[in-house]
Amino acid sequence: MNITRGFTGRPRVHDSGLPPGQYDARDEWPVLSAEVTPDLAPEDWTFRIDGLVAEPRTWDWEQAHALPADAYEGDIHCVTGWSKFGVRFGGVSLDAFLDQVRPLPSATHVVAYAHTGYTTNLPLADVIGGRAWIAWEYGGEPLPAEHGGPARLIVPHLYFWKSAKWIAGLRLLDHDEPGFWEGNGYHARGNPWEEQRYSGD
Amino acid sequence: MTQPGTPVTRFAVPGRIGVSRQAASVWRTATLTEIRRETPRVSTFRFAVPGWPGHLPGQHLMVRLTAGDGYTAQRHYSIASAPDDSGHVELTLDHVRDGEVSGWFHTVARPGDRIEMRGPLSGFFAWPGDRPALLLGAGSGVVPLMSMVRHHRARNLTLPLRLLVSARGPEDLIYADEYGPETTPVFTRTAPEGTAVGRMTAAHVAPLLVEQPPGGWEAYVCGSNSFAEHASRLLVAAGQPVERIRIERFG
Repeated sequence: MNITRGFTGRPRVHDSGLPPGQYDARDEWPVLSAEVTPDLAPEDWTFRIDGLVAEPRTWDWEQAHALPADAYEGDIHCVTGWSKFGVRFGGVSLDAFLDQVRPLPSATHVVAYAHTGYTTNLPLADVIGGRAWIAWEYGGEPLPAEHGGPARLIVPHLYFWKSAKWIAGLRLLDHDEPGFWEGNGYHARGNPWEEQRYSGD
Repeated sequence: MTQPGTPVTRFAVPGRIGVSRQAASVWRTATLTEIRRETPRVSTFRFAVPGWPGHLPGQHLMVRLTAGDGYTAQRHYSIASAPDDSGHVELTLDHVRDGEVSGWFHTVARPGDRIEMRGPLSGFFAWPGDRPALLLGAGSGVVPLMSMVRHHRARNLTLPLRLLVSARGPEDLIYADEYGPETTPVFTRTAPEGTAVGRMTAAHVAPLLVEQPPGGWEAYVCGSNSFAEHASRLLVAAGQPVERIRIERFG
Protein backbone atom coordinates (compact mmCIF):
# COMPACT_ATOMS: atom_id res chain seq x y z
CA MET A 1 0.00 0.00 0.00
CA ASN A 2 1.39 3.41 -1.02
CA ILE A 3 0.19 5.69 1.77
CA THR A 4 0.12 9.38 0.86
CA ARG A 5 1.65 11.47 3.66
CA GLY A 6 -0.95 13.61 5.39
CA PHE A 7 -3.90 12.40 3.32
CA THR A 8 -6.98 11.54 5.36
CA GLY A 9 -9.77 11.81 2.80
CA ARG A 10 -13.42 12.36 3.43
CA PRO A 11 -15.16 10.81 6.41
CA ARG A 12 -15.75 7.13 5.63
CA VAL A 13 -19.22 5.80 5.19
CA HIS A 14 -19.34 2.06 5.55
CA ASP A 15 -21.45 0.35 2.92
CA SER A 16 -21.68 3.68 1.13
CA GLY A 17 -23.08 1.98 -1.96
CA LEU A 18 -20.23 3.47 -3.98
CA PRO A 19 -18.33 1.33 -6.46
CA PRO A 20 -14.54 1.35 -6.00
CA GLY A 21 -12.86 4.68 -6.72
CA GLN A 22 -16.14 6.64 -6.90
CA TYR A 23 -17.38 9.59 -4.83
CA ASP A 24 -20.88 10.93 -4.23
CA ALA A 25 -21.63 13.96 -6.43
CA ARG A 26 -24.70 14.75 -4.25
CA ASP A 27 -26.61 17.56 -5.99
CA GLU A 28 -24.16 17.97 -8.84
CA TRP A 29 -24.74 16.35 -12.21
CA PRO A 30 -21.64 17.04 -14.30
CA VAL A 31 -21.95 17.14 -18.08
CA LEU A 32 -19.12 15.42 -19.92
CA SER A 33 -20.19 15.12 -23.56
CA ALA A 34 -17.31 15.43 -25.98
CA GLU A 35 -19.43 16.93 -28.74
CA VAL A 36 -21.49 20.05 -29.28
CA THR A 37 -24.91 19.67 -27.66
CA PRO A 38 -27.35 19.16 -30.53
CA ASP A 39 -30.50 21.23 -30.89
CA LEU A 40 -32.92 18.37 -31.39
CA ALA A 41 -36.68 18.87 -31.06
CA PRO A 42 -38.87 15.96 -29.87
CA GLU A 43 -40.76 16.01 -33.18
CA ASP A 44 -37.45 15.48 -35.01
CA TRP A 45 -36.30 12.67 -32.72
CA THR A 46 -36.42 9.09 -33.98
CA PHE A 47 -35.23 5.80 -32.56
CA ARG A 48 -34.41 2.78 -34.71
CA ILE A 49 -33.44 -0.81 -33.98
CA ASP A 50 -31.94 -2.82 -36.83
CA GLY A 51 -29.17 -5.28 -37.61
CA LEU A 52 -29.78 -8.85 -36.43
CA VAL A 53 -33.50 -8.53 -35.76
CA ALA A 54 -36.55 -10.13 -37.40
CA GLU A 55 -38.26 -6.81 -38.14
CA PRO A 56 -36.19 -3.59 -38.11
CA ARG A 57 -38.24 -0.63 -37.00
CA THR A 58 -38.07 3.12 -36.45
CA TRP A 59 -40.20 4.85 -33.80
CA ASP A 60 -40.97 8.54 -33.65
CA TRP A 61 -41.65 10.49 -30.46
CA GLU A 62 -45.37 9.65 -30.37
CA GLN A 63 -44.92 5.96 -31.20
CA ALA A 64 -42.25 5.60 -28.52
CA HIS A 65 -44.48 7.29 -25.95
CA ALA A 66 -47.31 4.89 -26.81
CA LEU A 67 -45.28 2.02 -25.30
CA PRO A 68 -45.86 1.14 -21.61
CA ALA A 69 -44.33 3.77 -19.33
CA ASP A 70 -41.51 2.58 -17.12
CA ALA A 71 -38.80 4.20 -15.00
CA TYR A 72 -35.39 3.57 -13.55
CA GLU A 73 -34.95 4.61 -9.94
CA GLY A 74 -31.51 4.06 -8.48
CA ASP A 75 -27.89 5.09 -8.84
CA ILE A 76 -25.61 6.10 -11.72
CA HIS A 77 -21.82 6.00 -11.94
CA CYS A 78 -19.58 8.06 -14.25
CA VAL A 79 -16.11 6.83 -15.18
CA THR A 80 -14.64 10.22 -14.23
CA GLY A 81 -15.33 9.33 -10.61
CA TRP A 82 -18.71 10.73 -9.58
CA SER A 83 -21.78 8.73 -8.70
CA LYS A 84 -25.33 9.91 -8.03
CA PHE A 85 -27.71 8.16 -5.72
CA GLY A 86 -31.47 7.83 -6.05
CA VAL A 87 -32.04 9.38 -9.46
CA ARG A 88 -35.23 8.78 -11.44
CA PHE A 89 -35.33 8.47 -15.22
CA GLY A 90 -38.78 8.09 -16.79
CA GLY A 91 -39.34 6.55 -20.20
CA VAL A 92 -39.81 3.06 -21.59
CA SER A 93 -37.96 -0.17 -20.93
CA LEU A 94 -35.73 -1.11 -23.85
CA ASP A 95 -37.37 -4.56 -23.67
CA ALA A 96 -40.61 -3.00 -24.98
CA PHE A 97 -38.78 -1.87 -28.15
CA LEU A 98 -36.83 -5.11 -28.55
CA ASP A 99 -40.02 -7.20 -28.21
CA GLN A 100 -41.34 -5.51 -31.34
CA VAL A 101 -38.24 -6.14 -33.49
CA ARG A 102 -37.42 -9.64 -32.12
CA PRO A 103 -33.62 -10.07 -31.89
CA LEU A 104 -32.26 -13.04 -33.83
CA PRO A 105 -30.54 -15.86 -31.89
CA SER A 106 -27.22 -14.87 -33.50
CA ALA A 107 -27.24 -11.39 -31.93
CA THR A 108 -24.67 -11.04 -29.15
CA HIS A 109 -23.84 -7.31 -28.99
CA VAL A 110 -25.33 -3.93 -29.79
CA VAL A 111 -23.87 -0.66 -30.96
CA ALA A 112 -25.89 2.26 -29.64
CA TYR A 113 -25.62 5.38 -31.77
CA ALA A 114 -26.68 8.94 -31.15
CA HIS A 115 -28.13 11.66 -33.36
CA THR A 116 -24.70 13.32 -33.07
CA GLY A 117 -22.77 10.32 -34.37
CA TYR A 118 -21.57 9.20 -30.93
CA THR A 119 -21.42 5.42 -30.58
CA THR A 120 -20.96 2.95 -27.74
CA ASN A 121 -20.95 -0.85 -27.69
CA LEU A 122 -22.70 -3.16 -25.25
CA PRO A 123 -23.24 -6.89 -24.85
CA LEU A 124 -26.88 -7.63 -25.72
CA ALA A 125 -27.24 -9.27 -22.29
CA ASP A 126 -26.58 -5.89 -20.66
CA VAL A 127 -29.57 -4.20 -22.31
CA ILE A 128 -32.29 -6.85 -21.93
CA GLY A 129 -34.24 -8.16 -18.95
CA GLY A 130 -35.19 -4.82 -17.42
CA ARG A 131 -31.65 -3.40 -17.27
CA ALA A 132 -31.91 -0.64 -19.90
CA TRP A 133 -34.33 2.14 -20.75
CA ILE A 134 -34.99 4.85 -23.29
CA ALA A 135 -35.58 7.86 -21.04
CA TRP A 136 -37.06 11.29 -21.73
CA GLU A 137 -37.66 12.47 -18.17
CA TYR A 138 -35.36 13.15 -15.25
CA GLY A 139 -36.90 13.72 -11.83
CA GLY A 140 -40.32 14.07 -13.45
CA GLU A 141 -39.18 16.85 -15.82
CA PRO A 142 -38.25 16.66 -19.52
CA LEU A 143 -34.63 15.54 -19.88
CA PRO A 144 -32.47 18.64 -20.56
CA ALA A 145 -30.59 18.74 -23.87
CA GLU A 146 -27.15 18.80 -22.23
CA HIS A 147 -28.06 15.57 -20.42
CA GLY A 148 -29.17 13.88 -23.62
CA GLY A 149 -32.68 15.22 -24.16
CA PRO A 150 -35.04 14.73 -25.83
CA ALA A 151 -34.18 11.07 -25.15
CA ARG A 152 -31.19 9.01 -24.08
CA LEU A 153 -30.31 5.41 -23.41
CA ILE A 154 -30.00 4.46 -19.72
CA VAL A 155 -27.89 1.43 -18.78
CA PRO A 156 -27.27 2.26 -15.13
CA HIS A 157 -25.34 -0.84 -14.07
CA LEU A 158 -22.47 0.18 -16.38
CA TYR A 159 -20.39 3.40 -16.40
CA PHE A 160 -22.56 6.18 -17.70
CA TRP A 161 -20.73 6.74 -21.02
CA LYS A 162 -22.63 3.60 -22.14
CA SER A 163 -25.92 5.46 -21.59
CA ALA A 164 -25.75 7.26 -24.94
CA LYS A 165 -27.27 10.73 -25.02
CA TRP A 166 -29.52 11.85 -27.91
CA ILE A 167 -30.08 8.18 -28.70
CA ALA A 168 -30.89 7.50 -32.35
CA GLY A 169 -30.73 3.75 -32.57
CA LEU A 170 -29.33 0.36 -31.75
CA ARG A 171 -27.77 -2.01 -34.21
CA LEU A 172 -27.64 -5.67 -33.19
CA LEU A 173 -24.47 -7.52 -34.16
CA ASP A 174 -22.97 -11.01 -33.78
CA HIS A 175 -19.66 -9.54 -32.56
CA ASP A 176 -18.35 -6.71 -30.40
CA GLU A 177 -17.50 -3.45 -32.18
CA PRO A 178 -15.83 -0.68 -30.15
CA GLY A 179 -17.68 2.60 -29.97
CA PHE A 180 -16.38 6.15 -29.56
CA TRP A 181 -14.78 6.07 -26.11
CA GLU A 182 -13.92 2.40 -26.39
CA GLY A 183 -11.77 3.37 -29.39
CA ASN A 184 -10.19 6.10 -27.29
CA GLY A 185 -8.76 3.88 -24.59
CA TYR A 186 -11.82 3.07 -22.49
CA HIS A 187 -12.96 -0.38 -21.42
CA ALA A 188 -15.19 -2.48 -23.69
CA ARG A 189 -17.77 -3.25 -20.97
CA GLY A 190 -17.33 -0.64 -18.23
CA ASN A 191 -18.61 -2.40 -15.11
CA PRO A 192 -18.17 0.06 -12.21
CA TRP A 193 -18.15 -2.69 -9.57
CA GLU A 194 -15.10 -4.22 -11.22
CA GLU A 195 -13.68 -0.76 -11.94
CA GLN A 196 -13.40 -1.42 -15.68
CA ARG A 197 -12.47 2.16 -16.62
CA TYR A 198 -9.79 1.77 -19.26
CA SER A 199 -8.91 -0.95 -21.71
CA GLY A 200 -6.68 -3.34 -19.84
CA ASP A 201 -8.50 -2.90 -16.52
CA MET B 1 -20.69 3.96 -39.15
CA THR B 2 -23.23 5.11 -41.68
CA GLN B 3 -26.53 3.46 -42.28
CA PRO B 4 -29.89 4.40 -43.70
CA GLY B 5 -32.00 6.05 -41.06
CA THR B 6 -29.13 7.73 -39.25
CA PRO B 7 -29.68 11.48 -39.34
CA VAL B 8 -26.91 13.63 -40.73
CA THR B 9 -26.34 15.74 -37.61
CA ARG B 10 -23.06 13.92 -37.25
CA PHE B 11 -20.24 14.74 -34.95
CA ALA B 12 -18.39 11.44 -34.89
CA VAL B 13 -15.18 13.24 -34.07
CA PRO B 14 -12.59 10.54 -34.52
CA GLY B 15 -10.01 10.01 -31.83
CA ARG B 16 -6.67 11.54 -32.68
CA ILE B 17 -4.37 8.74 -31.58
CA GLY B 18 -4.32 5.16 -30.50
CA VAL B 19 -3.95 4.80 -26.75
CA SER B 20 -1.57 2.38 -25.13
CA ARG B 21 -3.49 -0.16 -23.09
CA GLN B 22 -0.37 -0.85 -21.12
CA ALA B 23 0.27 2.78 -20.21
CA ALA B 24 -3.28 3.29 -19.05
CA SER B 25 -3.38 0.27 -16.79
CA VAL B 26 -0.17 0.77 -14.77
CA TRP B 27 -0.08 2.80 -11.56
CA ARG B 28 3.28 4.55 -11.23
CA THR B 29 4.77 6.27 -8.21
CA ALA B 30 5.21 10.01 -8.84
CA THR B 31 7.36 12.20 -6.59
CA LEU B 32 6.46 15.86 -6.16
CA THR B 33 9.53 17.96 -7.00
CA GLU B 34 8.22 21.53 -7.15
CA ILE B 35 5.15 23.65 -6.38
CA ARG B 36 4.62 26.95 -8.22
CA ARG B 37 1.89 29.41 -7.31
CA GLU B 38 0.01 30.54 -10.43
CA THR B 39 -2.89 32.58 -8.98
CA PRO B 40 -4.38 32.92 -5.49
CA ARG B 41 -6.39 29.73 -6.03
CA VAL B 42 -4.28 27.80 -8.50
CA SER B 43 -0.86 26.16 -8.26
CA THR B 44 1.27 23.99 -10.52
CA PHE B 45 2.66 20.72 -9.15
CA ARG B 46 5.68 19.17 -10.87
CA PHE B 47 6.34 15.46 -10.52
CA ALA B 48 9.13 13.10 -11.40
CA VAL B 49 7.51 9.95 -12.79
CA PRO B 50 9.97 7.14 -13.44
CA GLY B 51 8.78 5.09 -16.40
CA TRP B 52 6.41 7.78 -17.65
CA PRO B 53 5.70 6.66 -21.24
CA GLY B 54 5.26 10.19 -22.59
CA HIS B 55 2.05 11.92 -23.58
CA LEU B 56 0.52 14.21 -26.16
CA PRO B 57 -0.69 17.72 -25.42
CA GLY B 58 -4.34 17.60 -24.31
CA GLN B 59 -4.22 14.23 -22.62
CA HIS B 60 -4.99 13.68 -18.95
CA LEU B 61 -3.99 11.28 -16.23
CA MET B 62 -5.46 9.84 -13.08
CA VAL B 63 -3.97 10.43 -9.65
CA ARG B 64 -4.58 8.27 -6.61
CA LEU B 65 -4.07 9.24 -2.98
CA THR B 66 -4.14 6.61 -0.24
CA ALA B 67 -4.98 7.23 3.41
CA GLY B 68 -3.49 5.24 6.29
CA ASP B 69 -6.52 2.97 6.53
CA GLY B 70 -6.34 2.05 2.84
CA TYR B 71 -9.04 4.49 1.72
CA THR B 72 -8.22 5.84 -1.73
CA ALA B 73 -9.39 8.84 -3.75
CA GLN B 74 -8.86 9.11 -7.50
CA ARG B 75 -9.20 12.13 -9.77
CA HIS B 76 -8.60 12.88 -13.44
CA TYR B 77 -6.39 15.89 -14.16
CA SER B 78 -5.25 17.41 -17.43
CA ILE B 79 -1.52 17.44 -18.06
CA ALA B 80 -0.15 21.01 -18.19
CA SER B 81 3.38 20.35 -19.38
CA ALA B 82 4.44 19.77 -22.97
CA PRO B 83 5.76 16.34 -23.84
CA ASP B 84 9.50 16.18 -23.27
CA ASP B 85 12.18 13.71 -22.24
CA SER B 86 12.61 15.04 -18.72
CA GLY B 87 10.65 12.25 -17.05
CA HIS B 88 8.50 14.92 -15.39
CA VAL B 89 4.88 15.95 -15.77
CA GLU B 90 3.12 19.01 -14.40
CA LEU B 91 -0.46 19.40 -13.17
CA THR B 92 -2.08 22.77 -12.54
CA LEU B 93 -4.83 22.47 -9.96
CA ASP B 94 -7.61 24.70 -8.70
CA HIS B 95 -8.16 24.63 -4.96
CA VAL B 96 -11.71 23.28 -4.96
CA ARG B 97 -13.82 24.13 -1.89
CA ASP B 98 -14.05 21.01 0.27
CA GLY B 99 -12.09 19.09 -2.37
CA GLU B 100 -10.50 16.15 -0.61
CA VAL B 101 -7.84 15.69 -3.28
CA SER B 102 -7.21 19.30 -4.39
CA GLY B 103 -7.33 20.26 -0.71
CA TRP B 104 -4.49 17.87 0.03
CA PHE B 105 -2.45 19.26 -2.86
CA HIS B 106 -2.95 22.88 -1.78
CA THR B 107 -2.61 22.55 1.98
CA VAL B 108 -0.51 19.47 2.74
CA ALA B 109 1.64 18.53 -0.26
CA ARG B 110 5.33 19.44 -0.28
CA PRO B 111 8.27 18.41 -2.45
CA GLY B 112 9.29 14.84 -1.74
CA ASP B 113 5.72 13.60 -1.31
CA ARG B 114 4.77 10.55 -3.32
CA ILE B 115 1.44 9.86 -4.99
CA GLU B 116 0.34 7.41 -7.68
CA MET B 117 -0.45 8.17 -11.31
CA ARG B 118 -1.68 6.25 -14.33
CA GLY B 119 -1.76 7.46 -17.87
CA PRO B 120 -1.67 9.17 -20.23
CA LEU B 121 -5.39 8.68 -20.83
CA SER B 122 -7.78 9.25 -23.74
CA GLY B 123 -6.83 10.09 -27.29
CA PHE B 124 -9.85 12.24 -28.00
CA PHE B 125 -8.63 15.63 -26.79
CA ALA B 126 -5.03 15.07 -27.85
CA TRP B 127 -3.32 17.45 -30.27
CA PRO B 128 -0.27 15.90 -31.94
CA GLY B 129 0.68 19.23 -33.52
CA ASP B 130 -0.45 18.13 -36.95
CA ARG B 131 -3.32 20.55 -37.70
CA PRO B 132 -3.93 24.26 -37.14
CA ALA B 133 -5.35 24.55 -33.64
CA LEU B 134 -7.97 26.98 -32.37
CA LEU B 135 -8.10 26.73 -28.58
CA LEU B 136 -10.84 28.15 -26.34
CA GLY B 137 -10.47 27.78 -22.59
CA ALA B 138 -11.83 29.26 -19.39
CA GLY B 139 -10.46 29.12 -15.87
CA SER B 140 -8.49 25.94 -15.30
CA GLY B 141 -9.81 24.76 -18.68
CA VAL B 142 -6.74 26.44 -20.11
CA VAL B 143 -4.51 23.73 -18.63
CA PRO B 144 -4.60 21.10 -21.42
CA LEU B 145 -4.58 23.93 -23.98
CA MET B 146 -1.39 25.33 -22.41
CA SER B 147 0.24 21.96 -22.96
CA MET B 148 -0.55 22.49 -26.66
CA VAL B 149 0.80 26.07 -26.68
CA ARG B 150 4.00 24.95 -24.95
CA HIS B 151 4.39 22.04 -27.36
CA HIS B 152 3.94 24.39 -30.31
CA ARG B 153 6.73 26.59 -28.95
CA ALA B 154 9.08 23.87 -27.83
CA ARG B 155 8.98 22.21 -31.25
CA ASN B 156 9.08 25.50 -33.16
CA LEU B 157 5.96 24.44 -35.02
CA THR B 158 4.94 26.82 -37.76
CA LEU B 159 1.35 25.77 -38.28
CA PRO B 160 -1.18 28.28 -36.94
CA LEU B 161 -2.26 28.12 -33.30
CA ARG B 162 -4.55 30.59 -31.53
CA LEU B 163 -5.70 30.62 -27.91
CA LEU B 164 -8.68 32.51 -26.50
CA VAL B 165 -8.51 32.28 -22.71
CA SER B 166 -11.25 33.52 -20.42
CA ALA B 167 -10.62 34.47 -16.78
CA ARG B 168 -12.52 36.49 -14.20
CA GLY B 169 -9.74 39.04 -13.94
CA PRO B 170 -6.01 39.50 -14.55
CA GLU B 171 -5.17 38.08 -11.09
CA ASP B 172 -7.07 34.87 -11.99
CA LEU B 173 -5.37 34.37 -15.35
CA ILE B 174 -3.31 31.20 -15.10
CA TYR B 175 0.09 31.30 -16.90
CA ALA B 176 -0.30 35.06 -17.41
CA ASP B 177 3.44 35.59 -18.00
CA GLU B 178 3.70 32.84 -20.60
CA TYR B 179 1.32 34.07 -23.27
CA GLY B 180 2.54 35.53 -26.52
CA PRO B 181 0.88 36.94 -29.61
CA GLU B 182 -0.99 33.64 -30.15
CA THR B 183 -3.19 34.39 -27.13
CA THR B 184 -6.11 36.74 -26.51
CA PRO B 185 -7.26 36.95 -22.90
CA VAL B 186 -10.93 37.67 -22.20
CA PHE B 187 -11.82 39.08 -18.77
CA THR B 188 -15.34 38.53 -17.49
CA ARG B 189 -15.39 40.57 -14.23
CA THR B 190 -12.43 42.93 -14.01
CA ALA B 191 -9.90 43.94 -16.61
CA PRO B 192 -6.86 46.18 -16.93
CA GLU B 193 -7.45 49.81 -17.84
CA GLY B 194 -8.62 50.09 -21.44
CA THR B 195 -9.62 46.43 -21.81
CA ALA B 196 -13.28 45.48 -22.21
CA VAL B 197 -15.00 43.41 -19.53
CA GLY B 198 -17.43 40.64 -20.47
CA ARG B 199 -17.93 37.13 -21.73
CA MET B 200 -16.33 35.72 -24.84
CA THR B 201 -18.42 36.82 -27.83
CA ALA B 202 -18.76 36.29 -31.55
CA ALA B 203 -16.41 39.26 -31.97
CA HIS B 204 -13.61 37.18 -30.45
CA VAL B 205 -14.33 34.05 -32.45
CA ALA B 206 -15.67 35.12 -35.83
CA PRO B 207 -12.53 36.88 -37.13
CA LEU B 208 -10.51 33.71 -36.58
CA LEU B 209 -12.94 31.78 -38.76
CA VAL B 210 -13.00 34.43 -41.45
CA GLU B 211 -9.26 34.08 -41.94
CA GLN B 212 -8.92 30.33 -41.72
CA PRO B 213 -5.67 28.50 -42.32
CA PRO B 214 -5.58 26.05 -45.23
CA GLY B 215 -7.58 22.97 -44.28
CA GLY B 216 -9.37 24.86 -41.51
CA TRP B 217 -9.03 24.77 -37.74
CA GLU B 218 -9.23 21.87 -35.34
CA ALA B 219 -11.04 23.46 -32.39
CA TYR B 220 -10.45 22.44 -28.78
CA VAL B 221 -12.77 23.76 -26.06
CA CYS B 222 -12.11 23.22 -22.37
CA GLY B 223 -13.69 24.55 -19.19
CA SER B 224 -16.86 24.34 -17.16
CA ASN B 225 -19.95 22.96 -18.85
CA SER B 226 -21.51 26.41 -19.11
CA PHE B 227 -18.39 27.77 -20.79
CA ALA B 228 -18.17 24.75 -23.07
CA GLU B 229 -21.79 25.20 -24.16
CA HIS B 230 -21.26 28.92 -24.76
CA ALA B 231 -17.93 28.60 -26.58
CA SER B 232 -19.01 25.67 -28.75
CA ARG B 233 -22.12 27.60 -29.82
CA LEU B 234 -19.96 30.58 -30.76
CA LEU B 235 -17.80 28.30 -32.88
CA VAL B 236 -20.79 26.69 -34.62
CA ALA B 237 -22.38 30.08 -35.24
CA ALA B 238 -19.12 31.31 -36.79
CA GLY B 239 -19.06 28.36 -39.18
CA GLN B 240 -16.76 25.84 -37.46
CA PRO B 241 -17.94 22.30 -38.40
CA VAL B 242 -19.26 20.37 -35.38
CA GLU B 243 -17.14 17.37 -36.28
CA ARG B 244 -14.04 19.52 -35.81
CA ILE B 245 -14.89 20.73 -32.32
CA ARG B 246 -13.48 18.70 -29.44
CA ILE B 247 -14.87 19.48 -26.02
CA GLU B 248 -13.54 18.61 -22.62
CA ARG B 249 -15.94 19.65 -19.88
CA PHE B 250 -14.67 19.81 -16.33
CA GLY B 251 -17.18 18.15 -14.03
